[in-house]
Amino acid sequence: MTLTKRIIPCLDVANGRVVKGLNFESIKDAGDPVLLAEKYGNEGADELVFLDITASQEQRETIRSLVSKVAQVIDIPFTVGGGVKTLQHARDILLSGADKVAINTGAVKNPQILTELMELFGKQCVVLTIDAKRNYNISKGKNIFSDGSKSFWFEVFIYGGKKETGLDAIDWAKKAQELGAGEILLTSIDKDGTKDGYDLILTKAIVESVNIPVIASGGCGEPKHMLDVFKNTNVDAALAASIFHYETHSVDRVKEFLKENSIDVRL
Amino acid sequence: MKLAIFDYGAGNIFSLKIALEKQGSTVDVITNFDNANSYSGLILPGVGNFDPAIRSIRDYSSMSFQDYVKDKTPVLGICLGMEMFFEKSEEGKEKGLAALEGEVVLLPNKFKIPHMGWNNLRIKKSSPLLEGVQDSSWVYFVHSYRVKTKNFDVIVADSDYGIEVPAVINKGNLYGTQFHPEKSGKVGSLMIKNFLRECKK
Repeated sequence: MTLTKRIIPCLDVANGRVVKGLNFESIKDAGDPVLLAEKYGNEGADELVFLDITASQEQRETIRSLVSKVAQVIDIPFTVGGGVKTLQHARDILLSGADKVAINTGAVKNPQILTELMELFGKQCVVLTIDAKRNYNISKGKNIFSDGSKSFWFEVFIYGGKKETGLDAIDWAKKAQELGAGEILLTSIDKDGTKDGYDLILTKAIVESVNIPVIASGGCGEPKHMLDVFKNTNVDAALAASIFHYETHSVDRVKEFLKENSIDVRL
Repeated sequence: MKLAIFDYGAGNIFSLKIALEKQGSTVDVITNFDNANSYSGLILPGVGNFDPAIRSIRDYSSMSFQDYVKDKTPVLGICLGMEMFFEKSEEGKEKGLAALEGEVVLLPNKFKIPHMGWNNLRIKKSSPLLEGVQDSSWVYFVHSYRVKTKNFDVIVADSDYGIEVPAVINKGNLYGTQFHPEKSGKVGSLMIKNFLRECKK
């Protein structure tokens, strides 16, 4: 046996509560991130990701206390991200009980923060989040891909997918690895929320450009999508949010499905 | 029973502390070996960098690590904590604690580095730390270096990452895991429980 593929539920948290369509009958307070974290842990999640989608200055204390509460109820690795801009903020999150800190806008604005974090905490703590979107406006020096009919490059977006940067996602991933990122959480903006599968072209391109683990995110609507991304790319982990919100797609059942289809998972 | 976690000054020792407390232990976080050893067990945690961690142990303590644990206090080194038991590491320039023979080398770069995720244990021999732990159990690894030693006797279990990765080491009162038991679900809790039982003796 060898290293297994990781299945990672993601909780989007706003004002200390989980948002996005929730439909748990077994949990009274479905919006409580601590209860959900515990549930996912018990179901065999390989890791948990928390993204603070409000990420305002005022919410920092809420998130810190939430992080330590979650860390008390789970015994699997735990990544926290959303609005991390400074070294101090990242440090706060790690010292509150997170194992890794995910950073996007903060790293694009100040790439050196990746190196500073790596030197302080080790690269295993440093997760670079890349939110990428296909840009059909071909320009010189970009890594060009094609889906058969159209050509495009992958552009990095910041501020929760709201602002383009002109950065090529492939080049940025390589640079971030050199600077100190230990893992990449890769979200396709085109696919996010569509529930029609991960962006396989994007995922494959990033995985083949770096030598650090990559987590695929955005577009997972059913277990088959996870199978597709593991069969078609050498990605290390698949992240999903809404798929796990229904008992029919509990973490353990998804992993059983993957195992039946010859994907190495921890069961 | 009271345990000490050595804090090198960087990283999350919170989850380790919680894991020990869940098993009924009291935990002090210490930053030097100045006082006589009053603890039933010592843990060197697994987050940080080799040189700063070695310096934090060596430069701020009046007593050496070797003298501190001479009384056979059980010591658990996790990941970096275990790597520090050896003579040197490619991660840094400082000398290791040299409690065990061997060195720590970077994983070959034909593999993804870090080795991150759940891999299974191949148990080679018995150790108090692995009592009740089944062969092939899944544990959570996240590391870029591995132990290289000629003294194979100390390797209790390894793991397959295309290359053999020593995963559990044990010599006398020294225990080490390359993976993180505090992040390894129920199997990890069992190992922590086993370590605490050794501390009680």
